[in-house]
Amino acid sequence: MSTCLSSTPGTDLTRTLTLAAPLALDCGQQLADVRIAYETYGTLNADASNAVMVCHATTGDQFLASQHPLTGKPGWWNRSVGTGKPIDTDRFFVICANVLGGCMGSTGPASLASDGEPYAMRFPVITIRDMVRAHVALLDALGIVRLHAVVGGSMGGMQALSLAANWPDRVERVMAIAATAAMPAQNIAFQEVGRQAIMADPDWREGAYYGTGGQPDAGLAVARMAAHITYLSEESMHAKFGRRLQDRETKTFGFDADFQVESYLRHQGVTFISRFDANSYLYITRAMSYFDLAEEHGGRLAEAFAGTPARYCLVSFDSDWLYPTPESRKIAHALNAAGAAVSFVELSAPFGHDSFLLDVPALDRVIAGFLNQ
Amino acid sequence: MTTTHSQLRPDLALIAEHIAEGSRVLDIGCGDGTLLAALRDQRGCDARGMELDPHDVAECVGRGLSVIQGDADIDLAFYPDASVDYAVLSQTLQTTKRPDLVLEELLRIGRHAFVSFPNFAYWRVRVSLLWHGRMPVTRLLPVAWYETPNIHHLSVADFRDLMAQRGITVEQAWFLKGSGLVRGAAANWRAEHAVFLLRR
Repeated sequence: MSTCLSSTPGTDLTRTLTLAAPLALDCGQQLADVRIAYETYGTLNADASNAVMVCHATTGDQFLASQHPLTGKPGWWNRSVGTGKPIDTDRFFVICANVLGGCMGSTGPASLASDGEPYAMRFPVITIRDMVRAHVALLDALGIVRLHAVVGGSMGGMQALSLAANWPDRVERVMAIAATAAMPAQNIAFQEVGRQAIMADPDWREGAYYGTGGQPDAGLAVARMAAHITYLSEESMHAKFGRRLQDRETKTFGFDADFQVESYLRHQGVTFISRFDANSYLYITRAMSYFDLAEEHGGRLAEAFAGTPARYCLVSFDSDWLYPTPESRKIAHALNAAGAAVSFVELSAPFGHDSFLLDVPALDRVIAGFLNQ
Repeated sequence: MTTTHSQLRPDLALIAEHIAEGSRVLDIGCGDGTLLAALRDQRGCDARGMELDPHDVAECVGRGLSVIQGDADIDLAFYPDASVDYAVLSQTLQTTKRPDLVLEELLRIGRHAFVSFPNFAYWRVRVSLLWHGRMPVTRLLPVAWYETPNIHHLSVADFRDLMAQRGITVEQAWFLKGSGLVRGAAANWRAEHAVFLLRR
């Protein structure tokens, strides 16, 4: 039941760029015929100075502020991107690309290799910097020399930081929300649980499930359930579900989803498998666990930003235990040491890591104020 | 007072007037960014801030300022030596855990430092303590002892002593009562608050 668009290039659901030159990856391989699926909102001005790139999180996609073609849901950051919103599409030309390794039209493990078969596990292991290489190629194709801003939350924040560190002349403002400069051990651990759940599913077939009529739905759903817990906070889970039972008066003394929170997580797992490719999940989370911006720059994070001309804004949330405030503060300190113009704020919000996607009015003001700097 | 800075609190107006155009400035304890905005908009400064209160930081970033949520006692360590022309610490010294160390940091980061603080030896404060025998609650020190952020009260004389002990040069000093200036000689009892311009 693979619904991945990447096996149907040229789909009219999204715009797609095919790169003329192979992409040189961090692992040493060259990836040919790379496709980048993207969406844009607003209008690029005459001197191409109003472009804002938004980078999506682990399981996000390019449908930032427009209806998702598979789920029919509104764009994932509809509340922040649009006319008169913090990222104002009347003013900015907003670009969002599906990451390399993704499954919404950009080249990933479900894409066909030169032999006409899906890459599956033959797809090279990619990095966050490789994703950004593809973004830079897209900017080149769109004629955008320098972005007004790059904005991203979670894995999107990693991409924003990677762009600033590795292509310092391409961006004037960098906003990383609920992000990190190096994936902490706890996050690597959670993602490993997710990957192992997928790989333990007999339908995974060492990744070669394309065309078999099956796919590791159970494994992918468990991966999603585990990850989803990390996106919430204890407080928000308690408020939303408590110990309440799901459509029943008493416990069943069985293993149905008795509790609302169980039912909710199962629902999250089931809806996820209809829009995401399990191998993409493996590759994207691997890229995140490899992410260490300091390591790329001689072990000192400040070196990654030496001489940076950009302004930075870092935001964390007090209820986010996945990418907690000290992660953002470390980046702020490194940027201070590099002499960069940096803002950093920990906002109070109850929703855990997911706060960046939800109703946090202070975040709206910070985004709008920073983009107008 | 020039008209351009008339909207600022008197000590901030004084600081703003004496910062050269186009300077690099770090305002520690910058509050809602009033001084930073004035320095940026009226004096073309590269003005950045640090503030403990997250609401104030969000307000500053919303105003387009570069401000870090941080604690003067901890986070100044991450700024390079001589990275700004002026480090500003206005009405914050008396709230820090180790004012002496914060001052050393200020003069490491800034070529000059502006420091302003309420003078605890101001005569009304003295009278209040003498007369009532209780920690004074005045216009500049409006919060009761148990909830005040001011944990290290000091006087003009105390500050001068510390500067002499540490070999810090006082380039200039201003003493304020309301928005008017008071002579240096009588400052320890007549000034409500003080502004010092320092260098190593």
